[in-house]
Amino acid sequence: MDFHQLWTIFSTPDNVPIVLLLFVVPFYTWYGMRQAFANDRLIGQLEADPALAKTSHRKTQPWKPGWAKEVHVWPYLLRIEFLAAIIVTVILMVWSITLNAPLEEPSNPTLTMNPAKAPWYFLGLQEMLVYFDPWMAGVVFPSLIIIGLMVIPYIDANPLGNGYYTYKQRKFSILTFIFGFIVLWVSMIIIGTIIRGPGWMWFWPGVTWDHNRLIFEVNRDLPDLFSIKGRIGKLIFGAIVMGIYFVGAWIGMHKLITLTKFSKKIYARMSLLQYSIMQVFLILMLLLPVKMMLRLVFRIKYIWITPWFNI
Amino acid sequence: MAETDGKNGAPPASAGGTTAGSNGKNGKGKVTALLEGGKVVRERATEEIKALKQPEKTDLWKSVLRVKHDETPRSRALGVLSNVFLHLHPAKINRDAVAYKYTWGMGGMTFYVYITLVFTGTLLMFYYHPSKVVAFRDILYLEHDVPFGKLLRNMHRWGAHLMVIMVELHMFRVFLTGSYKPPRQFNWVVGVLLLVLTLLLSFTGYLLPDDQLGFWAVTVGTNMARATPLLGHDGPFGHMLGMTPFNDVRFGLLGGSIVDANALLRAYIWHCVAIPIIASTFMVVHFWRVRKDGGISGPAPVMLESEIKEPRKL
Repeated sequence: MDFHQLWTIFSTPDNVPIVLLLFVVPFYTWYGMRQAFANDRLIGQLEADPALAKTSHRKTQPWKPGWAKEVHVWPYLLRIEFLAAIIVTVILMVWSITLNAPLEEPSNPTLTMNPAKAPWYFLGLQEMLVYFDPWMAGVVFPSLIIIGLMVIPYIDANPLGNGYYTYKQRKFSILTFIFGFIVLWVSMIIIGTIIRGPGWMWFWPGVTWDHNRLIFEVNRDLPDLFSIKGRIGKLIFGAIVMGIYFVGAWIGMHKLITLTKFSKKIYARMSLLQYSIMQVFLILMLLLPVKMMLRLVFRIKYIWITPWFNI
Repeated sequence: MAETDGKNGAPPASAGGTTAGSNGKNGKGKVTALLEGGKVVRERATEEIKALKQPEKTDLWKSVLRVKHDETPRSRALGVLSNVFLHLHPAKINRDAVAYKYTWGMGGMTFYVYITLVFTGTLLMFYYHPSKVVAFRDILYLEHDVPFGKLLRNMHRWGAHLMVIMVELHMFRVFLTGSYKPPRQFNWVVGVLLLVLTLLLSFTGYLLPDDQLGFWAVTVGTNMARATPLLGHDGPFGHMLGMTPFNDVRFGLLGGSIVDANALLRAYIWHCVAIPIIASTFMVVHFWRVRKDGGISGPAPVMLESEIKEPRKL
């Protein structure tokens, strides 16, 4: 266990935001989900007692008869904003006084940094470069993330859970988002920061970053495992495998989308277009963990080799 | 009589003048007249100072604030509505909407950090030249010679990181509360664009110190652009469209085939002028839409499964 290495990683000034992320993301997940479960209990009560649902008990905030429905922005909101501004200023000041922004040597194109890392918020994309070629990891996936996020409101046909925390009423969407945000985005950032060392090699926390380390792992392509040779053979084989993945993932996702009685009801509300768009994005999102698995566990580099691009 | 004249607003000197006319040869009379006049001025000054104890009655005060600021509900509402900085808010909001545990305050704090960044960034611009060699020296100068220069740079750097974290948490909260659902779908789209712009702002700023860290981060980042399908010289189908390192999308981003002086200048202009203007415009739309879509989404009363209405058919 090399604690010095561990300390070097965690105390690098630009890694401090990731250390912060390690705390705030779990905290806010807990903070949000706790309210979600509390509201779910309330929903359970109201469903059991329809008469209760007609009263003020369906509000998630405290309520007493005679309380005004609305409050003045000044002072009830502005004082919170003012306080928040002061707290943020204090945090930023203390952080800036205690920790200096990094400044390395002057830029030198002839001296490559090892590891050369992108800013932390792009480390997820850089980590994807291990599993996909740059055109996928650097261009197609980022665009898909942006477009995929934008279409969320238009493909979510579930009218429940608008304006309050809930898990029970939106299981599928909440689990999907947590999977995308925490499992894929945040954890890939953490892998990129803490685990990836020189040569972008995998170093478990506490292992010394050895610049001379060699890995005798040979990455194979999926067609090679099946002894398929020749460009056309690989092209056709890859297309078939990708086709099988697409169909399999489509069916698997369909099972998930229509898992419960409630989700069947939501599925019935979706238009064909909404459903197809959702499937395509889910399948492409799933491609990342599938490819990670293939690469990290089975050392497979490409599935589909064509003269123009490889996946 | 002189005193009454003074009170009516005639210049006190004229009062002195009339007495001086009657006792022209007497120097003593002049002095008394002068003292009399002085007394009148003093009395007027005391009276006016007394009035200043109620500054809200002065013309200056009224012209600036325009409305009374007392404890009446009307004044409280007008205080918000007639102020250009506060009129983003309605006069009154739902009492539940101020619940911090619901909003996490992340959107507002992101905006505040953005303002801090614009402020510190403008100050940093006074000391920074976006050209090779000089840029790095400017950072050294900022760190070692400029009063509070180091604090300024640190605040800008950590503020940027904080903003990225806050934007992501804001999005997380909006998702968990389902606030992107009708009627707020489009504002979510604007929010996603703002997230992208935040990341781009932070990324373009990374190169500006012109040190090894920024240089290699931007080299790694922009190298991905060369693999853009169709538009990059290393990307699928790129060479078929005649893409070379000197005419592809990466060349456009860097103003050259390597990260050099032109890239620094482009990053500077994107970082300090173009993206802030674009991002501010989208922020205006974002905040406007929050209001127009009916204020913040909750904490709303819960809805039950049995209450789902049939979707409207086109």
